[in-house]
Amino acid sequence: MKQQRFIRRSTRGEVGQDAQAITQIDNDESDEKTGALEVLRRGLEVSPELRSGAALTVMMALIVAAGSLAIPILIQQILDQGLNNGNGLRTGFIYISCSIAIGIITFVVFAQRATYNRLVKVAETTILELRIRVFRHLQKLSLADHQEARKGILTARVTSDIETLSQFAQWGAIAWIVDSVIILGTLLVMAIYSWQLTIAVIAIYIPIIPILKAIQRQQFIKYRDVREAVSETMGEASEAITAAPVIRSYGYEESVRKKLEKANQSQYKRQIKAHKFFALLAPVMDAFSALAIAGVIVVGSLLGPDIGLTSGEMIAFVFLTTILVAPIWELGEVLDQTQTALAGWWKIISVLDVPIEVIEPSNGRELSKGPLEIRVDQLSFSYRTGDQVLHDINVLIPAGSNVAVVGETGSGKTTFVKLLARLADPISGTIKVNGLPLESIEMTSRHESIQMVPQDGFLFDQTIYDNVLFGKPDSNEEDVMKAFESLGLSWWVQKLPNGVNTQTGPRGERLSVGERQLVALARAQLANPGLLILDEATSAVDPETEVALVSALDQLSQGRTTISVAHRLSTAERSDMVIVFDKGHIVEIGSHHWLSQQDGVYANLYKSWIGNTQSV
Amino acid sequence: MDTSARQKEIPQERYFRRGLNLIRRSFRIRPVSHVVAIAGACLFSISAVALTRVLGHATDEIIIPNLDRDSLDHTELWIVFIVIISVGLSRGLGAFLRRYFLAGARYGTELVWRRQLFNQYLDLPMSFHRRKSAGELLAHADNDMMIASLALMPLAFTVGTLFLSIIALLNLFLIHPTIACIALVLFPLLAGMNQSYSKRVVTPASAVQESVGSTSGLVHESFDGILVIKSLGRSEAEVQRLRESASQIRKHRISVGRLRAIFEPAIFALPNFGVIALLMIGTWLIDKGSLTIGELVSAIALFGILAFPMRIAGIFFEELPRSVVALDRIDEILELENPMKNSFGTKTTTNESLKLEIKGLEARYGDQLILDNINFTIEPGEIVALVGPTGVGKSTIADMIGGLQKPTAGHVLLGDMRLEEIQAQQKNQILAVAFQESFLFADTVKENILLGRDFEENDIRAALETAQALEFVEHLPEGINTVLGERGVSLSGGQRQRITLARALVGEPKIIFLDDSTSSVDPVIEKKILNNLRLHSDVSLLIVAHRLSTIKLADRVIFLNKGKVEGTGTHEELMESKSYSTLIKAYEINGTIR
Repeated sequence: MKQQRFIRRSTRGEVGQDAQAITQIDNDESDEKTGALEVLRRGLEVSPELRSGAALTVMMALIVAAGSLAIPILIQQILDQGLNNGNGLRTGFIYISCSIAIGIITFVVFAQRATYNRLVKVAETTILELRIRVFRHLQKLSLADHQEARKGILTARVTSDIETLSQFAQWGAIAWIVDSVIILGTLLVMAIYSWQLTIAVIAIYIPIIPILKAIQRQQFIKYRDVREAVSETMGEASEAITAAPVIRSYGYEESVRKKLEKANQSQYKRQIKAHKFFALLAPVMDAFSALAIAGVIVVGSLLGPDIGLTSGEMIAFVFLTTILVAPIWELGEVLDQTQTALAGWWKIISVLDVPIEVIEPSNGRELSKGPLEIRVDQLSFSYRTGDQVLHDINVLIPAGSNVAVVGETGSGKTTFVKLLARLADPISGTIKVNGLPLESIEMTSRHESIQMVPQDGFLFDQTIYDNVLFGKPDSNEEDVMKAFESLGLSWWVQKLPNGVNTQTGPRGERLSVGERQLVALARAQLANPGLLILDEATSAVDPETEVALVSALDQLSQGRTTISVAHRLSTAERSDMVIVFDKGHIVEIGSHHWLSQQDGVYANLYKSWIGNTQSV
Repeated sequence: MDTSARQKEIPQERYFRRGLNLIRRSFRIRPVSHVVAIAGACLFSISAVALTRVLGHATDEIIIPNLDRDSLDHTELWIVFIVIISVGLSRGLGAFLRRYFLAGARYGTELVWRRQLFNQYLDLPMSFHRRKSAGELLAHADNDMMIASLALMPLAFTVGTLFLSIIALLNLFLIHPTIACIALVLFPLLAGMNQSYSKRVVTPASAVQESVGSTSGLVHESFDGILVIKSLGRSEAEVQRLRESASQIRKHRISVGRLRAIFEPAIFALPNFGVIALLMIGTWLIDKGSLTIGELVSAIALFGILAFPMRIAGIFFEELPRSVVALDRIDEILELENPMKNSFGTKTTTNESLKLEIKGLEARYGDQLILDNINFTIEPGEIVALVGPTGVGKSTIADMIGGLQKPTAGHVLLGDMRLEEIQAQQKNQILAVAFQESFLFADTVKENILLGRDFEENDIRAALETAQALEFVEHLPEGINTVLGERGVSLSGGQRQRITLARALVGEPKIIFLDDSTSSVDPVIEKKILNNLRLHSDVSLLIVAHRLSTIKLADRVIFLNKGKVEGTGTHEELMESKSYSTLIKAYEINGTIR
């Protein structure tokens, strides 16, 4: 991990922008620290509305501070002036000063309410816009950035990272400003009463900062241990759950039970250990606040008569000392949250710096209807992080032909078809569709004319009808039914509990993989593209669906160019042309019949397929 | 979504009662921790009140005489100094005890509940695991547990706060009854305000949770389907979908904020109004000579320490409904009865070569009849293929033969004994099932094969040899002691299957059921494996097959269709049946390339 990061950093200068972008997406667990000020500066650039939020918070802080300082000042005034040193009661003064205090506190209640309401609105709107902005940016990133390994990281940017930030905005960010203002305000009032005593209070509270820091450091480490222990327990539990049949039929229960108990116990021990530090904060803060109060009384009593301190001032000072404790405590608790929030914020902002590679043309060209001709010249491709995936690809796919792309896992065949759908752009070489460069074609026209059916047949958690409609959103139910009908799939739709209105479940998981592909085929049929790209499902499809898929596909490929990433022997057999990929190169092109009689890669693959399906 | 619907149906009081029940259960698990935590909370309360008394004393005995009359008693000053620090420390100790032992109570309770949950996961029958997703079961042990145990926090805190209110009130009565009257007005008002705040914030707060959940679901879905979204050009539509969903979070958070803006400043201002009233009445009483300044200071300090603990206790009560619902989800699992307990008997058998007989087997899931009167026999040394379309119940038969699930009617017989009558260990020696999913533990190859059983290394090697796995296992960095899985070596699908196969073969069982457990193994190697097994003429094999090559290796084929045995015979004989030949043709197309 460390090594890798070092290498990346050292090459950053040479490859420039790109390498930087990679670190920005990947530095999930990075311990590189970006300065808080730098994060704030960039954060303000991205969300300028934060300025008004900060102004509001400062306003609220001043209001809150006024509210909490009013009482000690009132106490001092009444004790010193109202009681008049035991020389009789000044009723008028007491009533007036109390009325003023009531006025101030009432005002604070309403003013705080108004500012807080506006503050929440500003904060939530900022968060909302930031979330949408990041999500939109991620949506625009090329497929090279949307690799399986990074999916979790990308999702976290728009979910948990934003949530951390939002929680920080609700408490931590406000606490920083409000508490600082209260501490400063309190110290100011104290200094007006007696600067000597104020220095004494500050001197007593100063050691709290390193002690708090040390405890927090420990707490941070111990809570990290807790998180590790929790994930270990969950790892064991997940094994025990997924291996349920094995455990039962081999009588492995007791060993697994022991492993679970061990993980469970270790989680408990670490939780208690971590909590010890949290519990320790209380006596530390209490000891300091008691020390400060006792210190004020001793120092005030010894120095008081000489510096002209009144008893009212001294009592007010004691109350002011107790006011100081809460904000110091809170700042301590917020510190930890702040670090995480700033790191999260930085990660979110950094995502916006990842360049968008597939840039849509302005005034793009339209593709004509009907089968498309594809011409690929000297195409190469590599993902940003990895080695070159495709090398010098040259191929002409005639309009209306039915092409099978075959090769081993990792041969580059899937990447090749993704480039044809412009899910990413090649690093060199050209793709021309009906003679037009792919990148010059207008986005809507491209989506209408080139349709891809991916392997897992991902569906949205809506009805089958909704999912088919995505192919051509202005269609009606009749069109959707017709699409199924023309693929010979009406019987399948009728078999479903609610017909086309059947819910597909998350990711379409209520349907089998094969059935999901049927829906995707109907969607393609509705869209009626000039080029259909199909990545066949590899996982076992039940025979009934398989037969339906094959005949639907036969129907669908009529009158258009079809390119299939073939995982089945029969698909290659039925095609007009087979393109064979091996280690990122096209090694053979030709008809199935011809290729299977050569002594090449395809012939070898073919032999192994035959062995696989027929008898050995 | 489910939880919020339930929250709306049940009135608040019910939650309170069920919350108490939850606390009672935890109390039984960790009585000492709870008691010490409560004692700590009370110590905190006593010390906090004592501190206000000391402040009053200091005012009357030190501050006033010293600053107003220039007479300072140094001994008294240092006594006050020491008393304040010790009272402060004992308050700190109280808070420490409460926090620390509450953690013990909470995590100790979690420990026990989690253990019970894990035991259920291990002991409940397979049908339970087939119904529930792994993610759901893990969430019960992790997130639900965390939320459920949150409800344990208010016990010590509430007792402490209640105690604080009572001794504060007593103290005020001792100072002056008139002053106590102000408190009598103020305390209920403060408690009522807290209550009302907590009550109102529950609905929007759970709406926030819900909208955060559904937004993150949307983002997950969107990135999972990025290929479809991009190829259909639906990115902007997805952004709109996110905007709608995330706007809900904003809306609900603003509602929570609005309530917070109304209540929190008011709750913290209320004691301040009390202090002002105290000052007005107090000065009058002081003037009359029935109150000292020190007593007034002590009363003011008391008012100051009330608002915060009440608010914290209020926050804990806000969490109660969520905790109760989370514990409900856990209890749903804990309360499940285990029908499989003691399902294996004590009988032993001596018969060396046994036949496996399936007699009148029936399986139902609810109303659905999965298997209907299944009958067949496997003679010693026979190789039989079990063929049928997906979902016909082949894996259910595997479960029943493996003893993972009880048939709703009928029996599995080994020799002339019912499967469940035979002693478990002996049953496992005679009969082995290799399941469809080749699950490997993150452990050594050796432990993955032994699974706690007692076999010699020679037996392990022999099993690996038969499963055609010995060669590649010996090439692993540490041979059979190589650790597999996440932190170890990763294997290909075919290799994993061969190791799970060796697991079934170790100790040379007489009857082996392969539930499609060689699907990822190369056909050539599969044939070698089956030939190895055939060398032992007394071993019977039942194979669930999806590949023609596998089917052709069998002596006999049992064809399952629509929950019944539709035909038995050789492959060639069965090919005359239309439904069988259609299925076989489909398998031919289905042959995957890679």
